[in-house]
Amino acid sequence: MSNVFSDTFAWLADPLHWSGSMGIPVRLAEHLQYTGLVMLIATAIAVPVGLFVGHTGRGRVAVVALAGALRALPTLGLLILFVLLAGIGLMPPIWALVILTVPPLLAGTYAGISSVDRNVVDAARAMGMTELQVLFRAELPNALTVMFGGFRTGVLQVIATVSVVAYINLGGLGRYLFDGLVLSDFPQMLGGSLLIAVLAIAVDLVLSLFQRLFLTQGASKLSYHGQQAAVDLTDPVVAETVVQGGKS
Amino acid sequence: MEWFLANTGMILERGGQHLVLALVPMVLGLVISIPLAQLARRNGALRSAVLTASSLLYTIPSLALFIILPTILGTRILDPLNVVVALTIYAVALLVRAALDAFDSVDADVSQAAQAMGFKPLARFLQVDLPLSLPVMFAGLRVVSVSNISLVSVAALLGVGNLGMLFTDGLQRDFVTEVVVGIVAILVLALVMDAILVLLERVLTPWERAGGRRDHAADHGPHPAGEPATSMAGEAA
Repeated sequence: MSNVFSDTFAWLADPLHWSGSMGIPVRLAEHLQYTGLVMLIATAIAVPVGLFVGHTGRGRVAVVALAGALRALPTLGLLILFVLLAGIGLMPPIWALVILTVPPLLAGTYAGISSVDRNVVDAARAMGMTELQVLFRAELPNALTVMFGGFRTGVLQVIATVSVVAYINLGGLGRYLFDGLVLSDFPQMLGGSLLIAVLAIAVDLVLSLFQRLFLTQGASKLSYHGQQAAVDLTDPVVAETVVQGGKS
Repeated sequence: MEWFLANTGMILERGGQHLVLALVPMVLGLVISIPLAQLARRNGALRSAVLTASSLLYTIPSLALFIILPTILGTRILDPLNVVVALTIYAVALLVRAALDAFDSVDADVSQAAQAMGFKPLARFLQVDLPLSLPVMFAGLRVVSVSNISLVSVAALLGVGNLGMLFTDGLQRDFVTEVVVGIVAILVLALVMDAILVLLERVLTPWERAGGRRDHAADHGPHPAGEPATSMAGEAA
């Protein structure tokens, strides 16, 4: 067993694997590129809808039901279905990933807005704010921490799922796993897996650092200290966002 | 449809494998995380260590973990044990958090009243704290159940038998029907499991139906008035 470790280490340390069009930097860039693209599209869809539903309360039941149903969709099945129906290329798997990423973002946005203390919202309204001002000046700033939690979950889910995308002939770090599997080259598989694991942990670390630096400033955290606890944990969709679910 | 009827036997077999691979880790995860959460509640350092470790492990993508585990366990890459261990790790990561929240959700006054009535620690835990923590616990279990059932299919990429094989096989043969049947089968499996968990929760927490529900929702703050959120999610997931 010990030579697997040294072989893997040798694979990772080999300068050949760090250059060229199939090198680790290129694969890493591809991985991050796919992830970024998916997050961009998914955020553009989920956040406005989540804000609307959270603010008006309209369509709440539909959103919760939809988020629950989509969560049960098997990632791999959806990816392959899109490829079979729409052909190989960059966009079919990207759309499949968007469909899988919208639910946690939507649930996070909705949960964030509805976790804001109703007294704050009423006070904002009583001060004469218009509905849009209430949403963007009172609800949104107070909801950001919970919303960002949903975003973090989404990013990690996409990074994980992008590794699967290599199975259908796209790039990314997942390539090493499947190329290694075909060649029975276990060090390559293990090396690729370690890279993916490290990438996921590193990205999560950066996001949590970002959250700590930019999102917990100001009085909002102090005066609404119990905010997280105010979310109903028996609601699976909400509970999932809070306990960091959405896994692939 | 014809393909489905002609292959019912194979699909049922794959479904059985799928169910075992999803359920065993869920049960193991529950058995591990309840005592772990109890220990973590008594010790602040352990609590933060458990929470950090669980979110760190949960961050590792499943496909990567399926490949890393054989080196640690000394198993072959095709061994279903890798899948069971990986999913158990994820289940513990989710459930330990859920269990901590669940035990925290038990009213301290109730717990103390039980102690004052002479319940010994173990009896108090089994007869008071544990039953009262069930609603939050079940929310966690339902998340684990859905996520496990969906994750198992990823293991098919490495050749471990389950419903995910319908996807890999469908791709190789360019056969959409097989992929659709696979998706539907997994959705049905997730739906049935979720319904069973909801039913189990209802049976185990009869007081929640007798008007206690509203009080409970109130404890957790301003989530819009208790009702449909939970039940709707149940029917849909």
